[in-house]
Amino acid sequence: MYLENTPMYDRFSMSRLVGLVLIILPLILFGGQLQADEHADHSGAASTGDSHQETVEAEHGTDAETHGEAASAEAGGHGEHGEEDTGVLGLLTHHLMDSNHYEFFGMDFHLPVLSIGGYHLPITKHTIMLITAAILLIVLVFPRRKVGSGVPHGWSNFIEVLIVFIRDEVVYPNLGSKYGRKYLSFFLTAFFFVLFSNLLGMIPYGSSSTGNIAVTGALASVSLIVMVGSGMIIHGPLKYMGSFIPHGIPAFVIPILFPIEIAGILVKHFALCIRLFANMLAGHAVITVFLGLISSYFIAPVAIVGAVAISLLELFVAFLQAYIFTMLSSLFIGAAVSGEH
Amino acid sequence: MENLAFGFMGAGLGAGIVTLGAGLGIGRIAGQAMDGIARQPEAAGKIQTAMLISAALIEGVAFFNAVICMLIALK
Repeated sequence: MYLENTPMYDRFSMSRLVGLVLIILPLILFGGQLQADEHADHSGAASTGDSHQETVEAEHGTDAETHGEAASAEAGGHGEHGEEDTGVLGLLTHHLMDSNHYEFFGMDFHLPVLSIGGYHLPITKHTIMLITAAILLIVLVFPRRKVGSGVPHGWSNFIEVLIVFIRDEVVYPNLGSKYGRKYLSFFLTAFFFVLFSNLLGMIPYGSSSTGNIAVTGALASVSLIVMVGSGMIIHGPLKYMGSFIPHGIPAFVIPILFPIEIAGILVKHFALCIRLFANMLAGHAVITVFLGLISSYFIAPVAIVGAVAISLLELFVAFLQAYIFTMLSSLFIGAAVSGEH
Repeated sequence: MENLAFGFMGAGLGAGIVTLGAGLGIGRIAGQAMDGIARQPEAAGKIQTAMLISAALIEGVAFFNAVICMLIALK
């Protein structure tokens, strides 16, 4: 199974790299902006607001003393500092959550916060992983040979199998060969980007940035924009909006049905976002909990075997979720492009 | 304090019930797909694709609810 006499792989080259960067750049900025808002929320909660101040004081003060009921409930809600140093939960938050520290071979880097035009864009652990995934995408998926120059070897063989799979099993059945050719670069970019982001969580000192809801939200938003945008460009805005209304229904149902159809599209992409996020987060949470079970030499072998088994499952899930993300977004975009509902 | 405990219990129970529902649904899909593939092995590719899509849709709902449970548990 290799590519022959198709201009497709040729096109997935230098001219398309520009488009690729244009897709990924807003994604990183969008993700960073959402994280910036979260950071602002946390710092605001810690510094301003009297009730929060009280909570923080109560938390850092005498833990042995009996708090009021409300105070302890509040501490549970806002206690970011309290969770840091409590056994497995601390390990979980350290492993899974985004932070502005990045550990690399024992070195602890404090990452800077960029300020561009009044917006704070903190460089975080997941931002580093996003950029790494983008660089890997450019370096590893770059064409190594001319199309039609015989049988591929080595790495390009592996990549071409994946590309042909996405083309023939995912994109063309959903979009047809006419539009499928046009949209192929987008889906290949989405597939490999999600795949590399997922797999980066499986290597030491890596972290899966798709386990961050800001990143998956940005990916799903890109899919939503491509879907609505291509529907409006191909069919015209009015006709595209008209395709939300099924044929042959009484007129008084339209005001009820139209918002439901719009909400349906939003919910589809919200589910796209949540699915990827929860899958990656849940897998890594299970691995961390298995390793967190280690308390003595007798339990350690069992926990390590369990963690290895779940890690192997995670490798499969990384490929499966990248496939499902590409599959579902091509399904949605294909429905918008073909225009029938 | 009691109310808080009930809240945690509800989150745990909710996660369990979500697993039950998703397991039943995806198990049913997988079982029917196996039946279909056993009857028509040449249609295995198409059946697998349709199975993965519908399983992913059910899984999406399940994960959505699991995230709600997680949010309750972490509050």
